[in-house]
Amino acid sequence: MAIMNVNPTRMQMTKLKKQLQTARRGHKMLKDKRDELMRQFIDLLQENKKLRDKVEAELAQCSAAFTNASAVMSREALESSLMSSKQRTGLDVHSKNIMSVDVPVYSAVSESPDEADIFPYGFAFTSFELDDAVMSLNELLPDLIKLAEIEKSCELMSAEIEKTRRRVNSLEHVMIPRYEETIKYISMKLEENDRSSRTRLMKVKDMLLEKAHNYSEKTK
Amino acid sequence: MVKNIAFIGDSESVKGFSAVGIDVLSCDEPEEASVVLKNAADKEMYAVIYITEELYEAAIREVNKLAEQTMPAVIPLPGARGNTGVGSRRLSLFVEKAVGSDILFKN
Repeated sequence: MAIMNVNPTRMQMTKLKKQLQTARRGHKMLKDKRDELMRQFIDLLQENKKLRDKVEAELAQCSAAFTNASAVMSREALESSLMSSKQRTGLDVHSKNIMSVDVPVYSAVSESPDEADIFPYGFAFTSFELDDAVMSLNELLPDLIKLAEIEKSCELMSAEIEKTRRRVNSLEHVMIPRYEETIKYISMKLEENDRSSRTRLMKVKDMLLEKAHNYSEKTK
Repeated sequence: MVKNIAFIGDSESVKGFSAVGIDVLSCDEPEEASVVLKNAADKEMYAVIYITEELYEAAIREVNKLAEQTMPAVIPLPGARGNTGVGSRRLSLFVEKAVGSDILFKN
């Protein structure tokens, strides 16, 4: 691991030690965030899977019901009966915060309170198969909306987990080791400087003694 | 904030969705899917856009662009031509993105 390009001074070391401490704390927090996000994500995903299987099965039934209806009615009649709709489903959108991820929460609001308004046609010229088909689709609608909510949440959370995981890894495997090695390098360099100045002093002392007393260690 | 729901699909698949109050944008050519989806998303009036699996695959580039935004949610659903498994593959993709490999739905 490459060390940072810094001056080996005591001041720099103190600064780096502080940064290392911050990095460690950040790493711990991000790791906790990742673990909690992952736990919630897995729960949500399992729910998502169940709901999707259910919706897909029911949608296939609805589709079959419409095929039935189109078998007994002419294509034009079917299309014209479904052409205009009385009802318009709106979605009240809120957002919920799961570990700093904003996920949407939908609640359906239909513009007409009358339940019979899901049939956009009079009953006189249409077959009952069509009524069945429209009704089953209407019953599926809450599940469809729930599916959208959960699946979007999963999508957003998976992106956030990926980001957090990368941050955790870069701190753990790059930033923190780099700080540690730089600090070690500086402290070794400082010790080395210390030793060299001590030997220099000893040497100077020897030379002074020799000059003053004509005393030489070498001749001993 | 009240928004609407849209359904993009071929004319066979969209049948009935308008009756339950969903805006239907019919699109019979897979090549046009991304344009239809982009227009629908740009209007900012849809919170959820359902799209049939065939068109979802055709417009995947546009879908990926919208994936990072909170709005709209683009959700693939099986159309009249049956289930192609795009939906469950999408879930596997989420796991893969989050965990690194698909540990939940791998068969």
